[in-house]
Amino acid sequence: MPNVYLWIVLAPLIAAIIAGLFGKFIGRSGAHWVTIIGVGISCLLSMVVFKHHVLDGGEIYNATVYTWLETERIKFEVGFLIDNLTAMMMVVVTFVSWMVHIYTVGYMRDDPGYQRFFSYISLFTFSMLMLVMSNNFMQLFFGWEAVGLVSYLLIGFWFKKDTATFANLKAFLINRVGDFGFILGIAAVLMYFGSLDYDTVFKSVDKVAGQEITVIDGMPWSVMTFICICLFIGAMGKSAQVPLHVWLPDSMEGPTPISALIHAATMVTAGIFMVARMSPLYELSETALSFVMIIGATTALFMGFLGLVQNDIKRVVAYSTLSQLGYMTVALGASAYAAGIFHLMTHAFFKALLFLGAGSVIIAMHHEQDMRKMGGLRKYMPITWITSLIGSLALIGTPFFAGFYSKDSIILAVQQSQTWGHQYAYYAVLLGVFFTALYSFRMYFMVFHGKERMDEHTREHLHETPWVVTVPLIALAIPSIFIGAMFVESMVFGNFFGDAIYVAPAHDVLGQLPKYDWLSMVAHAVPLSMPFILALSGVVVAWFLWMKRPDIPAKIETKFKWLHTLLIEKYYADHLYIKIIAPLSRWIGDKLWQWGDVKIIDGAIVNGSAKSVGFIASKIRNIQTGYLYTYAFAMIVGLVVLIAVFVYGWDKIISTLG
Amino acid sequence: MFESWPLLSLVIWTPIVGGMLVLATGGDKNATEARVLALVFSIITFALSIPLYTEFNSASGSMQFIEHHEWMSLGSLRFYYHLGVDGIAMPLILLTTFMTVIIVIAGWEVIKFKAAQYMAAFLIMSGLMVGVFSALDGALFYVFWEAMLIPMFLVIGVWGGPRRVYATIKFFLYTFLGSVFMLVAFIYMANKTGSFEILELHSLPLTKTEQMFIFIAFLLAFSVKVPMWPVHTWLPDAHVEAPTGGSVVLAAIMLKLGAYGFLRFSLPITPDASQELAWLMITLSLIAVVYIGFVALVQQDMKKLIAYSSISHMGFVTLGFFIVWSIYSPVTHDVKMIVTGINGAVVQMISHGFISAAMFLVVGVMYDRIHSRQIADYGGVANTMPTFAAFAVLFAMANAGLPGTSGFVGEFLVILAAFKANPWFAFLAASTLIIGAAYTLWMVKRVFFGQVANEKVQGLTDINAREFFFLSVLAVMVLFFGLYPAPLLEVMDESVTNLVRHILQSKIPQ
Repeated sequence: MPNVYLWIVLAPLIAAIIAGLFGKFIGRSGAHWVTIIGVGISCLLSMVVFKHHVLDGGEIYNATVYTWLETERIKFEVGFLIDNLTAMMMVVVTFVSWMVHIYTVGYMRDDPGYQRFFSYISLFTFSMLMLVMSNNFMQLFFGWEAVGLVSYLLIGFWFKKDTATFANLKAFLINRVGDFGFILGIAAVLMYFGSLDYDTVFKSVDKVAGQEITVIDGMPWSVMTFICICLFIGAMGKSAQVPLHVWLPDSMEGPTPISALIHAATMVTAGIFMVARMSPLYELSETALSFVMIIGATTALFMGFLGLVQNDIKRVVAYSTLSQLGYMTVALGASAYAAGIFHLMTHAFFKALLFLGAGSVIIAMHHEQDMRKMGGLRKYMPITWITSLIGSLALIGTPFFAGFYSKDSIILAVQQSQTWGHQYAYYAVLLGVFFTALYSFRMYFMVFHGKERMDEHTREHLHETPWVVTVPLIALAIPSIFIGAMFVESMVFGNFFGDAIYVAPAHDVLGQLPKYDWLSMVAHAVPLSMPFILALSGVVVAWFLWMKRPDIPAKIETKFKWLHTLLIEKYYADHLYIKIIAPLSRWIGDKLWQWGDVKIIDGAIVNGSAKSVGFIASKIRNIQTGYLYTYAFAMIVGLVVLIAVFVYGWDKIISTLG
Repeated sequence: MFESWPLLSLVIWTPIVGGMLVLATGGDKNATEARVLALVFSIITFALSIPLYTEFNSASGSMQFIEHHEWMSLGSLRFYYHLGVDGIAMPLILLTTFMTVIIVIAGWEVIKFKAAQYMAAFLIMSGLMVGVFSALDGALFYVFWEAMLIPMFLVIGVWGGPRRVYATIKFFLYTFLGSVFMLVAFIYMANKTGSFEILELHSLPLTKTEQMFIFIAFLLAFSVKVPMWPVHTWLPDAHVEAPTGGSVVLAAIMLKLGAYGFLRFSLPITPDASQELAWLMITLSLIAVVYIGFVALVQQDMKKLIAYSSISHMGFVTLGFFIVWSIYSPVTHDVKMIVTGINGAVVQMISHGFISAAMFLVVGVMYDRIHSRQIADYGGVANTMPTFAAFAVLFAMANAGLPGTSGFVGEFLVILAAFKANPWFAFLAASTLIIGAAYTLWMVKRVFFGQVANEKVQGLTDINAREFFFLSVLAVMVLFFGLYPAPLLEVMDESVTNLVRHILQSKIPQ
């Protein structure tokens, strides 16, 4: 097996290097073949690994690949930890990535940066795999930053667009704010556990559990809380949780395939994965769990509202992603790690599907993304229509669809939770269900039904996208329907993750629930459970508001102007960064420079003395010849004289003084 | 095969002799001969320095490749020609000889005015800098230390920009004044031991007061070179006026000499004073990281920006050195994190050598074409120079400390150690993750991305084979040490551990 793991990560890396460095030689089709084959190998082998670990119950693999560095017997290593959690993540990452690779052939067909794009997305796959397969914090941070790098490169893929390069800088910097917390968390782990190896750390949690750290005098904090919150700040950056969420909607400046792969299915879920992986630590800090839960609940509800006022098709899906990431985070806070990861998995499929469906619409509309110029597309692109409908139904939690099982598990778990803040979280996720249905079907109706609002030219050229686009849509639609029903019993209520996830008995909310299977869970929910009623009414309201009486939303908009503005301005969160923090930093830099360096240090101290030297120099300049050896000779003579005087005269000076 | 070779002498004197020969080729008529000769000598020197790595015994933390000869004596004082390297100096020597090759190639057809003298200056400088890293006699060290400044003055003064006289005087004033105090300190101590032997000075007992004076004398010399805040303002001026090669040597090697001085002299000779004043050194280091980071953010001149970025990055080096006593616990005697911090600082020195050099070369490539260093004169360079832009983004990411590049390794280790010393140190140091990324990538955005900004950018041609060569060699180094820093740590670990054990012993006579 070890060689298989190695090839899973190396295949996309090698493909990325070939496509990136030798793109000119292998040409456009060479680039897509080599990367599709690379990621394909990775995907198929990941399925083999999944079978080995999950289905055949293979033993957990934990071993070092190479020693990155060793300093005074502290080893920093690169290695793999493969258990059921990792195996599942590997399959999700490589499968979605593979579909996105194929889809890209159609989406980026006319782009001049074709090879570069394939190289980046393969490199992304490699980085993401290194992140999920890591067996230590150092490599986790490597993968963490590497996916951030590729995200930066891909958001700014069309680097001529100022909006794109603004968005990628913003994404990188906001992520760095998260990473700042993350690295402090890692430093704390090393300090208290003496190791960065997962296994060693998890085995010695008991020793550290009671310790305290004093950062501010008189305010001792539990070490676990400190570590967990620092690490979670990293997750807030990567998984776009409030208030570090502002980069994700702007990341839509990147090409749609990467919005699906990176900014919906995989990279943004890294934070969720990380917290689940660290469950033995989080379980020991009530404070951290509450913090996680409240941040998640806020993200889940308030980001959902924003989806309602967006007209850019991709931005609606982006806000929906934010909101769904909030759901996963709430699950983590409620100690329902398994439910969070389960939602991560189902979401990866249906959200990638929704993005790729949106991308398919965008191709057909000649890169028009404004939903107000769409409508009635179902006639022209039936496959995109049906698959998008499947995605939307899965997203809102329609019984039997994938999203239903995962989202309902989260809501049930939060209902059981006793973690501080659970009431708020419960109502947030419950209310979120209604708004999810509302904005999802607003988008669905505006795009696929109703009046055809596009111009004549566009309408004439409307047709279904080519097979490279529709095949991935179908391939993702299938798991979007079935994957929930298939895995709900084992993942949420069974022992799918084994020892990979640890839940303290007092927090075991999932254990307190009845053991549902795929059928009994539906029977429990239909027709009278709150989430089901809310989702259904969301759809109905959406139909009424945007199909039946489109004048009503317009009236609400004018009547509640302040609310609409608040939502359009995204609660003014961007203003905090763009209008306050960024100018303030520049102001500080400018003042430190102009006052500190130029006026005080240089102006008062240095130039005062330099002027006198300059004066002397201007006199001496007359005897300067300009030849190198003259300078050199003069310096060396001067030096020897100086040394001689000091050495020879030293004893005398001392004796005179003494 | 190299056992009987005086390798260090060869690495010092080969480029100096070579430099003389290059000078002898005469005026610009023979520029091609001068360049070829300079390249040959720089490559020979680099080749001669390789056995220093391959034959090095990593298991030993003591001096190796020792050459010890009596030089002269004045009165009761003995001067020795004493050379030797440990695991800290050896990588720095390789960095020096490596960079000299790069500089010769980078200046190849760019320098048309007095090409022979230009090449010769860098060859001679290379020899002298290796001398500084390998001298084990204080007097010899001082001679090399001062002598290497001469070619640097000339490089800035002759091939520099319009304000080169101001920059040179400032550079001279700062560095020379600092060094004189170091000399006084040496002579004071030599009078006690009868020689300038550095290893003897290491074991020389000194009272607290003596140590304080000596420490401050050294501090004046070394802090200017690093440079530490607030004696840093010569560096941006020197960089702005220096030709590309000058900036590369300045950033890649000369700054490291100051840091090296702290390791070789301040810490082991005056450990008690170092402990006493560690708070000051840590404060100045953190100011360098944060304050200078903010200053870098608002620079309009690319070279100034990178110069400030260098100061900020060097703050990590001095931070790593002086957190020793904040980490040390007399109860456990655990030196793991202390060694990790200093290891990180030394790795940062090497890595910064590659990255800052690469950044200055990147600016140089653009300056050679458009003759401007102002960010505002660029925009959309990636459109006309795509290959070049790829290199630039890679080096920018390394400068921002991205894992997988060498820029991450040192900062990571220092942050880990700093956290053990005091979480707030780590908090302030780690802020570079954000600030460093902000000033570097903002510059990248304004220079490389966007639409083609003007006709000059439109007329840019992508890098030629020569430029591709030196950028890709540096890229390989940056990635190699980022992905596999173990070989670097392996050679220095034992030497640093030795050093740490030494500096934790008090030298105050009982």
